[in-house]
Amino acid sequence: MLNVIVCLKQVPGTNEVEIDPQLGTLKRENAATKINLYDLYALEAAVNITDQYGGRITVISMGPPQAKKAILEAYALGAHHGILLSDRRFAGADTLATAFTLAQAIRRRESYDLILTGMQTSDGDTAQVGPALAEFLGIPHVAYVHKVLGIQHGTEKTITVQADMGDALDTLQTQMPCLLTCTKEVSRPGLPSYLRLKAARERDITVWTYDDLKQETGPAYFGLDGSPTRVQKVFPPSKEQAHERWEGPPAALARRLYARLQEMKRI
Amino acid sequence: MSRMHVDQGTCLLCGVCLDSCPYDALAIKDEQLLFTEECRLCQACITACPQGAISLVQEIGAPQREEPAAGGGGVLVFVEQRHSRLQPVSFEMIGKGLELAQALRQPLACVLIGRQMRDQADELLWYGVDRVYCYDHPALKDYRVEPYTAAVCAVAAMMRPEIILVGATAVGRSLAPRVATRLRTGLTADCTSLHIDEQGQLVQTRPAFGGNVMASILTPHHRPQMATVRYKVMAAAQRQDRRRGEVINCKLADADLVSAVNVLETVRRTQTGSITEAEVIVAMGRGVASKQGLALVRQLARHLDGAVACSRPLVEQGLFTHMQQVGLSGRTVRPKLYIACGISGAVQHVAGMSGAETIVAINSDVNAPIFDVAHIAVVGDAYQVLPELLQLFDAKTTPADSLSEVDM
Repeated sequence: MLNVIVCLKQVPGTNEVEIDPQLGTLKRENAATKINLYDLYALEAAVNITDQYGGRITVISMGPPQAKKAILEAYALGAHHGILLSDRRFAGADTLATAFTLAQAIRRRESYDLILTGMQTSDGDTAQVGPALAEFLGIPHVAYVHKVLGIQHGTEKTITVQADMGDALDTLQTQMPCLLTCTKEVSRPGLPSYLRLKAARERDITVWTYDDLKQETGPAYFGLDGSPTRVQKVFPPSKEQAHERWEGPPAALARRLYARLQEMKRI
Repeated sequence: MSRMHVDQGTCLLCGVCLDSCPYDALAIKDEQLLFTEECRLCQACITACPQGAISLVQEIGAPQREEPAAGGGGVLVFVEQRHSRLQPVSFEMIGKGLELAQALRQPLACVLIGRQMRDQADELLWYGVDRVYCYDHPALKDYRVEPYTAAVCAVAAMMRPEIILVGATAVGRSLAPRVATRLRTGLTADCTSLHIDEQGQLVQTRPAFGGNVMASILTPHHRPQMATVRYKVMAAAQRQDRRRGEVINCKLADADLVSAVNVLETVRRTQTGSITEAEVIVAMGRGVASKQGLALVRQLARHLDGAVACSRPLVEQGLFTHMQQVGLSGRTVRPKLYIACGISGAVQHVAGMSGAETIVAINSDVNAPIFDVAHIAVVGDAYQVLPELLQLFDAKTTPADSLSEVDM
């Protein structure tokens, strides 16, 4: 019986993130927000793990009250319990403040064996919250998990995973509890079950606010006020690349192309 | 608690901010602009507002944390080794680090962690680095999160750096957030530009919202200022004529060498990776469909560390499988660089590659439709241009490259 926690983020539905049309998952009435794609893969991985080893899945999300919708969706996809961390004082959090708030919530629970997150979000793209959360909780983490190979119940519980290191695939064994950030390879999200979705509407969602999480002594890192980084300005990326036409003898064209490839740091 | 503020007198209700908001958190009600609970204080609207009517208000009495911003000790670069090879992004960070250190009039240091790293540590002294903190121990051979975090944090405690740079690689993106969290400081991911402003602060620029906007980010009250740096964006440091600086050999306490993670196996990726993941693709079409053409394209791909792809006719000829075909009936690719050799550019093919960041097309037909999407249209015969180009590759070797090629 494993206690698995999955962290979810509700992200804007725009900015060109694609959901696999073959899977056809999660068509929403309101296209304005959706669950971060990688988090869905993490949730499905949790479902696979608890199917095999038995256990319970708790999803945690930080966001405005509307993020309850993401938790209902997670129920329809197989989560057993959901916690929403919602308070205006959590708004504007950078990755440190987000990880701190999630850690405060996870510390309120009795025990857990495994925490799964998506490898990054589509709106932030930082890939930082997972490792930062593990650091706040004092547990090991493995980033970019490709495959969960199995859980071993020896003198201590361990999990074996394959992680994408860019130039190689590493097989790693980690003591539990631990945190894994998941790539798209880790699972194949299924369709939300209609029956579970119907039942989900009746299910409770625990909502925790600032007052529930502030207990810890020491400096607090909630929201914008607790975020070390500040956005100075936001601006459009430089204008579209120019289109150039090069003509001339082959040797000259080759030299020009070689120089451009050097400029682009491809050589 | 911070919040967004609208100067209702200045606001013209033009609605530009409504479109700029990624979270749909703005509404106009009773001729007033309002922020809903969806607002996450991302401040995109502040930039968008043509009237300057929106601002961020930090309420007086908001808890300002009292930690002393103790920096000033220089710029620290995490030099990453994989299988004992120094990763090329490290030399780019040293290049940028030198510039930042100069602007701050502070030293530049590196931290290198691994097994039998003495030679590599010494090599770094040829790149203008003042100090190399070297952690050399059999237990540090592979990246494991706890000892690596402990080592970087130990160096940070020793030198009190103003800035720490880490490469935005798989290892760097796993390590940097642990270090930043332990040091309770800010971290900006995947920066494409870094510079020091007039106040001596590090301005960290990165793409946000899938690259649709750029954000510049500061870490005003915390030190060190930490950033992960995207590969192949900044200019690499050049090897100097003179070696300078010193290597400081460091040790971790035995307790810090222990990790809960065991690396059981490493399977290196081969060059023939899937084309959907490749950063560089060299694609061939009917114009170079021959054994000779294939050899040219393969060589170029090898030089550029890229994958080979093709257009549909070549699959029909049996030269390639569908796995390597780009287009509607093949794969959709989004590499950083796509070099189309002898590809005319039928719409079906273009649909599969128009998302590439830079498209180079080599074709002898001035009117080839591929030139409509190409950023660089090279009008010439690929059979002539490619051999000339490959000759230039064969003629060169630079120290930085040979270093990363050599097993030490």
